[in-house]
Amino acid sequence: MSPADPHGDDDTPLLSVQDLVTHFPVRGGLFGGSGVVKAVDGVSFDVPAGEVFGLVGESGSGKTTLGRSILNLVRPSSGQVRYRGHDLAGLPEREMRPYRRELSLIFQDPNASLNPAMTIGEGVGHPLRIHGLARDRADARRQVCEMLERVGLHPAESFLERYPEDLSGGQKQRLVIARALITRPRLVVADEPVAALDMSVRARVLELMLELKREFGLTYIFITHDLATARFMCDRIGILYLGNFVEWGNADTLFDDPRHPYTRSLLDAIPLPEAGRRHREKTLPRGEIPDAARPPAGCRFHPRCPKAFEECGWEGRDLVDAIEERWTEVDAGVFEAELALFGRLEKAEVGREQVRFRGSRPEEIAAWLREHGPHLPTNVFAAVTEIVTDRGGVTVRFRPAYEPGEQRVAGRQAACHLYGIHPRPGGDHLGEG
Amino acid sequence: MSPGIWWTAFWPGVAIVLLVTALTLVGEGLNDVINPLLRARGAAGPKIPPEPGRGRKAPARESARTAVTARDLRAGYRTPGGPVWAVDGVDFEIRPGESLGLVGESGCGKSSLGRALLQIMPPGGVTRGSVEVGGRELIGASERQLRQRRGEDVALIFQEPMTRLNPLMTVSDHFVEMIRTHHPQTSRKEARAMARDALAQMGVPPTRADNYPHEFSGGMRQRVMIALGIVLKPQLLVADEPTTSLDVIVESQILDILDRLRGEEGAGLLLITHNLGIVAETCDRVAVMYAGRIVEIGPVDAIFRNPRHPYTEGLLASTISLETTELQSIPGYPPSLLEPPRGCRFAERCPYAMERCTQGEPALEEVESGQHAACYLYSEATIEPAATRRGRGTKERT
Repeated sequence: MSPADPHGDDDTPLLSVQDLVTHFPVRGGLFGGSGVVKAVDGVSFDVPAGEVFGLVGESGSGKTTLGRSILNLVRPSSGQVRYRGHDLAGLPEREMRPYRRELSLIFQDPNASLNPAMTIGEGVGHPLRIHGLARDRADARRQVCEMLERVGLHPAESFLERYPEDLSGGQKQRLVIARALITRPRLVVADEPVAALDMSVRARVLELMLELKREFGLTYIFITHDLATARFMCDRIGILYLGNFVEWGNADTLFDDPRHPYTRSLLDAIPLPEAGRRHREKTLPRGEIPDAARPPAGCRFHPRCPKAFEECGWEGRDLVDAIEERWTEVDAGVFEAELALFGRLEKAEVGREQVRFRGSRPEEIAAWLREHGPHLPTNVFAAVTEIVTDRGGVTVRFRPAYEPGEQRVAGRQAACHLYGIHPRPGGDHLGEG
Repeated sequence: MSPGIWWTAFWPGVAIVLLVTALTLVGEGLNDVINPLLRARGAAGPKIPPEPGRGRKAPARESARTAVTARDLRAGYRTPGGPVWAVDGVDFEIRPGESLGLVGESGCGKSSLGRALLQIMPPGGVTRGSVEVGGRELIGASERQLRQRRGEDVALIFQEPMTRLNPLMTVSDHFVEMIRTHHPQTSRKEARAMARDALAQMGVPPTRADNYPHEFSGGMRQRVMIALGIVLKPQLLVADEPTTSLDVIVESQILDILDRLRGEEGAGLLLITHNLGIVAETCDRVAVMYAGRIVEIGPVDAIFRNPRHPYTEGLLASTISLETTELQSIPGYPPSLLEPPRGCRFAERCPYAMERCTQGEPALEEVESGQHAACYLYSEATIEPAATRRGRGTKERT
């Protein structure tokens, strides 16, 4: 797992991330209060020199913020980012400067990350000027030409005076790579480097990245939403969901035998270009990744999880969502009758451990819940502990639940209650406990 | 300022307006000169002259049973360098309830083909040839007829739904407006009920019909967009990269919906995508486009099992899947359509290119039952020179 460090200091990993947390404050609108978006919420991993570590997740999972927090481009709220033993988290920019040369970033959209008013020669040479790595203009020019040739833009001279606008998508991404590597960094964070490219070009850019890794002894943090690319490129992978790793470990272990239901769903959803894939059976999670400002209680994946059971953290709003989902499946007549019974669901008083439906017929609502609750589209009713009626409505209460902590499962780390209840220290627990 | 002497402010006000206008114009002018992004903009190029007596001759009896029949369809744009035919002589049909996937690299003309089917070319764009939807010709129809038929006969689902929904209208208002434009006799109440049904069919809770587009997530918006597309029961749905901005799980959900719809509504589906995996899982047949032409078309399983055209082979080989251990790619880049190469358009990048590939252009021929490829490896059929010349532009004809 730890190949010889080409810069050979000692056994410390090149990068060690400990309990990294990045929260963004959100100011409420006209009515809402303020809150925080928990973009990255307690992530830890090590990256030995020479490794490719993959951060994989859907949009909104926090993978880009995590990548930027590592480079201190976004200021982490707490935790450590140790690069060769030095903690970078929260260093002021002036003290970051010496490290900037060794830490580089490749962006997703080459159009947005290249200055359209700079010629290619100026743009790629710019980092040399900033870090004072060139003796004079001729030296800078020589280094730029060398790097352009190295990334496959040759003859380099012919590119120097042109503008990024004149290049194709694949060439632009090569240019971005050239600029990222011209300072000879050790660690490169590549944020979706091929997502904007055509399939036929994608392979060539990935090939180039692997060649350059060997040649310059690079270590990559490879951010992607594409699992096939991740498997090909990465030695180890962390699957992110709403700011947390749900499963992480050796890439082959994860892909050959995924244990977290989320990883399984991701793998199941990939469309593969093979014959005979029509009408295959899929078990897809419902819905979409929720708002990181209001992550679900307990396990953050539980509202979508096809395997969720009573311990997973069901809460008030899950019941409301399940009733809404039921309404997409029933006839218009049933929908009208149930809408009349419950009233507008937005009016329900949604709490964490309970939800209260106001209505003039509380006994009927309670009876409906007892009858249809167990058959709702999600497993939310399994966690209901009591249904209390009073004059003005019905209150439904849920059992306490814990946020899953990491545990070792079949050779990788996973955070899932299916493999035993291990509460996460300092996690988002429901109820007493 | 006292009300009597308002005119003291008049001339200074005029001067300020003139000065600001002048500075803005100077700034714009400087931007035009300095900003490299704006170079070569503004020049539209020569007009593309109409074609005498072409199109409108597809056999009517055959097309009555198809959702769409395209014959010698071409779509072009005016550019300073002359006309560019992004779609250059394409024939295909889609039966009701059938889905055809259209794949190719970016710039191969697949989006232009989708736009041509709806006759929504950008300014300077023209379409030629014939497109029949439900047995009626679309090309050459008046703008009024077209407006009626878009939505009723053929609907388009875009890549980014947020840009196609009006942020100031609730979702159900979109439905009411669309339904009542096409069927003025429908009451608002009926239209809202239709909207609720269409939304529920897409998995959007009916209680959310009165929300605004920004209150929906990306996947929900795309469901709304599809519901809008199907509410008038069109015969053909054109989906242009409908899931490209979505995550893999939501993408899979949307593809399942599109697949189910085809069965329930019996509409034909043209699915435009760069992702071969999506085609393998959603489509009955696939058409591979390269440099404005269809180079291979046939049943999905046959083509994925045994691709015949070297371009299809290259595309499949360069796709990264979970089993990929070695990367492959197609060398080179697609040719400029301003000056398409003389022979086969793929010859320059083709590992099997022979001498004759640069002399004539192969025609689409059946190589296996239902599977057609345009390649000299399988057939000697050549596109007649007249057709090739048409692709070059208009100079020869004038």
